[in-house]
Amino acid sequence: MSTQALEAIANKQEATSDGTLKMSAHDVSVFYGPKQAINKVSIDVTQENVTAFIGPSGCGKSTFLRTLNRMNDTVAGARVEGLIKLDGEDIYSPSMDVVQLRARVGMVFQKPNPFPKSIYENIAYGPRIHGLAASRTDMDQIVEKSLKRAGLWDEVKDRLTESGTALSGGQQQRLCIARAIAVDPEVILMDEPCSALDPIATAKIEELIHELRGRFAIVIVTHNMQQAARVSQRTAFFHLGTLVEYGDTSEIFTNPREVRTKDYITGRYG
Amino acid sequence: MQKRIAKRYASERRFRLVGLSAVLLSAAFLAFLLISMLFRGLPGFTQTEIRLPINFQSSSLMLDPAALKGPDAETTLAGADFESATAAAADAAFGEGGARLLSDGAWLKIRDAVKDTPEILKGKAEIWVPAAVNIDIAAKGDGPPEAEQALAKLKASNSVKTGLNLGFLTGADATDPTLVGIWGALKGSLMTMFVTLILAFPVGVFSAVYLEEYASKNRWTDLIEVSINNLAAVPSIIFGLLGLAVFLNFMHLPRSAPIVGGLTLALMTMPVIVIAGRNAIKSVPPSIRDAALGIGASRVQVVFHHVLPLALPGILTGTIIGMARALGETAPLLMIGMRAFISSSPTDFTAPATVLPVQVFLWSDEVSRGFVEKTSAAIIVLLVFLLAMNGVAIYLRNKFETRW
Repeated sequence: MSTQALEAIANKQEATSDGTLKMSAHDVSVFYGPKQAINKVSIDVTQENVTAFIGPSGCGKSTFLRTLNRMNDTVAGARVEGLIKLDGEDIYSPSMDVVQLRARVGMVFQKPNPFPKSIYENIAYGPRIHGLAASRTDMDQIVEKSLKRAGLWDEVKDRLTESGTALSGGQQQRLCIARAIAVDPEVILMDEPCSALDPIATAKIEELIHELRGRFAIVIVTHNMQQAARVSQRTAFFHLGTLVEYGDTSEIFTNPREVRTKDYITGRYG
Repeated sequence: MQKRIAKRYASERRFRLVGLSAVLLSAAFLAFLLISMLFRGLPGFTQTEIRLPINFQSSSLMLDPAALKGPDAETTLAGADFESATAAAADAAFGEGGARLLSDGAWLKIRDAVKDTPEILKGKAEIWVPAAVNIDIAAKGDGPPEAEQALAKLKASNSVKTGLNLGFLTGADATDPTLVGIWGALKGSLMTMFVTLILAFPVGVFSAVYLEEYASKNRWTDLIEVSINNLAAVPSIIFGLLGLAVFLNFMHLPRSAPIVGGLTLALMTMPVIVIAGRNAIKSVPPSIRDAALGIGASRVQVVFHHVLPLALPGILTGTIIGMARALGETAPLLMIGMRAFISSSPTDFTAPATVLPVQVFLWSDEVSRGFVEKTSAAIIVLLVFLLAMNGVAIYLRNKFETRW
């Protein structure tokens, strides 16, 4: 593995012990029509830790991520088998309201996708549809708090009425993170949030993930191994739709149990 | 090498030249159409009038001014023979055959004047009345020789003028070209378009939303899609037959009425709106839907808060194109009886009416020479209406367009 990644692990101060269980998946399989994309994956996501999914392109890590807040429901022909629990509740049970689920499990996408509305409206939309703000001042507070948590407040506080799409790519992605945390979710899923960003914007997002850790359970998909090493405490390695190895990030990167994991993180394929 | 580059540039220049000439050619055709319409049509908005001196004392009217102020004024007026009184006055003023200088409807002006101020019945008066078709055309420079002579005589006595024809803008169809008006057809068109819009727009937009956002892709939706595409290409007269069979023969709605015309045109416009709407909805990036779903918006909220506002400019453009096509449509309306001779503008949606393109068609079929300029004038009104609609469409599109 690269020296960069090693350094990142060495410098990390956080404890990597197991935290409180937030989400768990048991034998989850996903099918797109007749094609099986995910084969019997079991994983636990804890409240305190950032969980990273790594693996080569097309290994199913994004697909699996999208089953965690049922975004795959919108894909025609997609079918999920197995059990996924959020705080012990089956999220695919008929009694689970998918709209409420997505308010509890927020998502940040690969490409920054702010609404073509003002910065204020981008943040206020979620709280408004969930009825989280009783008054205009409440809403102002939510917007300010969310933008501050996303580290964007100082950059945009004077131009909240400008379009969210007028921001730079990195700012747009932080706006999307602010939008996700505005509805006060319990889990935030991030699907390669930095793949469209330059290194400086990436560093800011990673810093932000550090700050958000603990308040939200965070699951991040990345194809950048250094990034997984830098931001996560737990890492899952996916290959061809199966979960090859799952454990503490330091373990995975320094002492992988599986040959395939070792080959991938040393750059044999990917 | 040099030669190949030169050849490439030459072919590029040739291509640009061909494109430019195509654009110029179509622009020239358009300009020719508009200019010729303007030249023929503008005289249709004016009307030659003749000053007719009339002596009510010696006329055959025998009306009592006092009776015209009472409650029976209408009946008294209806009983009076204004037509022969007018003819007699014209003969007296302009010599034998003087009545032929006046329009068939000249007596209406005399009647209106008497109605307004009954006092003129006590003496003589001079009233401007519309000239006959021949005189009107001669005054506009294109009349037969005998009309030119009569006009010269009238001009010598300073009793002829050409002014704006208010009657054309406020009246409805008539048998005499000097008396026709476009307002009846214009109002009929407006009412028909209104019915078409309030039916076709919501139904079309909701169909598009359902098909794009909700319907699963299977053989049935494929079939529906093919049917809608085919429906948009069906010749309009077929829709007229459908309207005749369903709305008139089966549902027994009134013949020639704007509501039936609107229903028929709505059937024709709906597929156009559905297709335009689906394309507009399809072009909304999926990332916006994901973003809204990802923070817990329901499907309906995604559609109404994000997809429809972004698709609206495209939907509106498609709707206006469909409406413009409906506005210019003649054939289906002929089938449901909107080609009748309607001499008053429609008062409600079930009253008999005609529409602008049908009026153009009817007038172009008339024998009288005076209808030529009226036809062109009606075309001008139709084109102005169309331009106004397109203007509204462009305004709305720019207003709702989101800059990314």
